[in-house]
Amino acid sequence: MSDETAALSPRDKWFRASVAITAGIAIVAAAVGFIWLPPFQAGARFQGVWNAICQAAGLAQPAPTAAEVVTAGYKTTGVVFTPGMFQGAGAESVGRGATLALRCTMCHGARGMSQANSPNLAGQYAAVVYKELRDYKSGARTSAIMQPLVVGLSDQDMRDLAAYYDYLPRPPAYHPASAGPPPEIVVSGATMRNIPPCAACHGGLDNKTGSPWLDGQPAPYIKAQLEAFKNGTRRNDISEQMRNVARNMTPDEIDAAARYYSSQPP
Amino acid sequence: MLINKRLILAHFWLAFAGFGLALLLGEWQMFIRSPLHAWIGNPELYYRSVTAHGSAMAYVFPTLVAMGFGYAITEAALKRPMIGPRWAWLGFALVAIGTVVAMVPVALGHASVLYTFYPPMIGSPFYYIGVVIVVIGSWIWVALMSVNLYAWKRDNPGQPVPLAMFSNVAGSYLWAWTAVGAAIELIFLILPAALGFTTTIDAGLSRVFFSWTLHAIVYFWLFPTYIAYYTIVPRAIGGRLYSDAMGRLAFILFLIVSMPIGVHHLFMDPEVGSGFKFMHSVFTAFVALPTLLTVFTICASVEIAARLRGGKGALGWITALPWRNPIMLATAFSFIMLGFGGAGGLINMSYQLDSTIHNTQWITGHFHLIFGGAIVIMYFAIAYDLWPHLTGRALASFGLMRLQLATWFVGMMVLTFPWHWVGILGMPRRMAFYDYTDPALAAQAASVIASVIGGAILVISGALFIIVLIRGQLAPRVDAGPYRFSVAVHEPRRVPAALNGFPLWLALMIGLTVVNYGFPIANLAALSNTAVPIVPVGTGR
Ligand code: HEC
Ligand code: HEC
Ligand code: HEM
Ligand SMILES: [Cu+2]
Repeated sequence: MSDETAALSPRDKWFRASVAITAGIAIVAAAVGFIWLPPFQAGARFQGVWNAICQAAGLAQPAPTAAEVVTAGYKTTGVVFTPGMFQGAGAESVGRGATLALRCTMCHGARGMSQANSPNLAGQYAAVVYKELRDYKSGARTSAIMQPLVVGLSDQDMRDLAAYYDYLPRPPAYHPASAGPPPEIVVSGATMRNIPPCAACHGGLDNKTGSPWLDGQPAPYIKAQLEAFKNGTRRNDISEQMRNVARNMTPDEIDAAARYYSSQPP
Repeated sequence: MLINKRLILAHFWLAFAGFGLALLLGEWQMFIRSPLHAWIGNPELYYRSVTAHGSAMAYVFPTLVAMGFGYAITEAALKRPMIGPRWAWLGFALVAIGTVVAMVPVALGHASVLYTFYPPMIGSPFYYIGVVIVVIGSWIWVALMSVNLYAWKRDNPGQPVPLAMFSNVAGSYLWAWTAVGAAIELIFLILPAALGFTTTIDAGLSRVFFSWTLHAIVYFWLFPTYIAYYTIVPRAIGGRLYSDAMGRLAFILFLIVSMPIGVHHLFMDPEVGSGFKFMHSVFTAFVALPTLLTVFTICASVEIAARLRGGKGALGWITALPWRNPIMLATAFSFIMLGFGGAGGLINMSYQLDSTIHNTQWITGHFHLIFGGAIVIMYFAIAYDLWPHLTGRALASFGLMRLQLATWFVGMMVLTFPWHWVGILGMPRRMAFYDYTDPALAAQAASVIASVIGGAILVISGALFIIVLIRGQLAPRVDAGPYRFSVAVHEPRRVPAALNGFPLWLALMIGLTVVNYGFPIANLAALSNTAVPIVPVGTGR
């Protein structure tokens, strides 16, 4: 249709005007945003026209000097979680895990329920068991007891152990009404101190990948872990998820949480 | 001449039913996180509700209004039966089915991801599939608008397209192109993760695609309102449209500059370079232009009406306006809210000022004022104006209509002003729980309670609106006559080809999108190490 496309011809005055104005605005904006403004930022990366343009365009570039790369001054975990990474571990894996676990019963109990204030492993999420074992092995999580025990474990051994403990029945959450309402810190957190509810990650409200099942764990263990996160002696948690929580907890809140989660059916 | 009345009514009724339910959810949200109610103990319930409220209000409600109004315009402005009513019913069915498919998982708590999807959070695939079905339904409408326009043009060569139809088609094209961003995000990034084909997602790239949709979608919401300003208001108050060409220009400007600016929603995000943020910021400044043109033209048109009614003096003419006319009232309220909302918008669009209000309750206050206020109040006006023509029955409850519009205005001001204020104080948005016993928050308690009261007034107003429409369905039959649009002071007899069609403007719209989005998208898509593990959400996992 001639009427339709007439305006698309460079001879049309509307065409010339609108394209010129739009292009003009874009060019001026680009000149300001890509060439003029970036050098006002400190750092050699922004100096010079080409550098300025690359920075302003958002090109991913390796940091020029090692000094600019921020690394933790300690060993961090090497485990990356992806959802479903432990789904579908076969019976074979569970069986191998059960054999390997014979070495662990002394402390973690015959069927993963500890009698000795070591953590229960029965029903613990496979992702958690696997990650903690890897962290002990790499030294990201330190423990004079556990570290020597994992030295000889292969990656597949750790996966099998994880599958086995995941397979065992988990201690149920036992919070009878007679025990009173759950502590504030567990169900609401402390928003002004940046503490989300424990239940938002550890189950109850929601379960986030990598957050251990806590119900039924011995109170001294929970308390010791929270204190270790708080004073920085345990720092294998990804992105400081638990350290940020524990650092802002009061001693009373730590006690309340330990008491709450350690509750077990009589 | 309205022929497919049932089609149009079906769109409006489904839109308003969804709107009514979502309104109740909005007030529930406001109430349970205010100091008037104890902490509900489960944030998931809150996010479930916000997902339903946001999806219904942002996707379903305005889309159905634009579609229904679009069909009405097609028949009334082109003065001939619409082509493709069967297709239109199919589009309607898809929107209705999509809404159900999306809302069931939300109601069950399987998709509390909020209407902006928020990857790497991933909910039930049905939620996203439902949204895609809604969008596909609306694209049928886009196609029909185009087909009807070109069929009419073929039969009326050289004739100016009526302004109502011109702007309606402009809105449909804007929607077609802006929805592409979210469609790409849903189909290529989110759904593969939701369906279990991948366990990681490039959250930064997803957010860039969403921003492509997020800004221009607000102009899609706005189009029916602006169309009403230009083509309904002057006629309804007994005046004339000051300038037809100004209207065409405003809609064309929206088409061009509302697309390449969405990155202003990502000012605080790391994945887009600052140069592109600056360019988007500059073009954002230009979207004020069509709104200023509109404010000027409509004020001039209203003044014409006042002078025709014997109004005198520099400002004295204002008293001569038909203030008891619901359309007049709605327009005035809408302009006031547009003014305040626009002033707030200037803060949001400034790259630096934005950092002070980013993700605070200021933002929710802002878009409720503009969208829930300035825009939606004109949806009410459109419905009131069309209703007698659609039902063939009188809409006579003028007192009730005035009360409804006034309560909507008052309620929205009382809801949103304190909302902005607590935002400046730093109250974050999208939070289920605020501990007002903490001294740092105690001062915000009174403002939040004011917002709860504003919300309650809005619920009453929403109920009045539905009552007026139902009474309209039950009233005695009348002949409302043909549906007419405003007449301009100088009716166009010939308009330049550029102001009568879209090829040039669509080319500019797409070209500018490529300039402003092409590199950031290509850059992110080419990086290999940007995917993060998905975070499945929802109960019952
Ligand atoms: C001598 C006692 C002992 C033995 C044997 C032992 N553990 Fe442990 N285990 C512990 C103690 C104590 C802790 C808590 C250590 C800490 O504070 O970091 C622990 C922690 C763990 C944890 C971390 C649990 C959590 O919830 O964070 C895992 C997993 C674990 N052990 C697995 C094993 C496996 C598998 C074996 C057998 C190969 C084993 N343990 C053998 C005492 C033992
Ligand atoms: C943001 C999610 C999140 C929140 C909120 C959270 N946790 Fe954790 N927590 C984790 C993760 C993840 C780990 C595992 C850390 C690691 O990788 O070793 C963990 C570990 C722990 C452990 C050590 C368990 C073990 O067996 O090793 C304890 C105890 C604990 N959390 C208690 C709490 C308490 C009490 C709260 C509430 C005050 C809380 N957590 C809140 C995510 C969370
Ligand atoms: C009674 C009137 C209303 C009240 C009390 C209300 C309240 C709310 C509340 C509390 C939120 C959540 C904010 C947050 O958590 O940060 C919200 C979000 C939202 N509302 Fe409303 N609302 C009302 C009407 C409307 C209307 C009329 C519209 C539009 C037509 C609308 C559109 C939205 C949208 C799009 C969201 C965004 C959801 C999100 O952040 O994900 N609301 N509303
Ligand atoms: Cu925007």
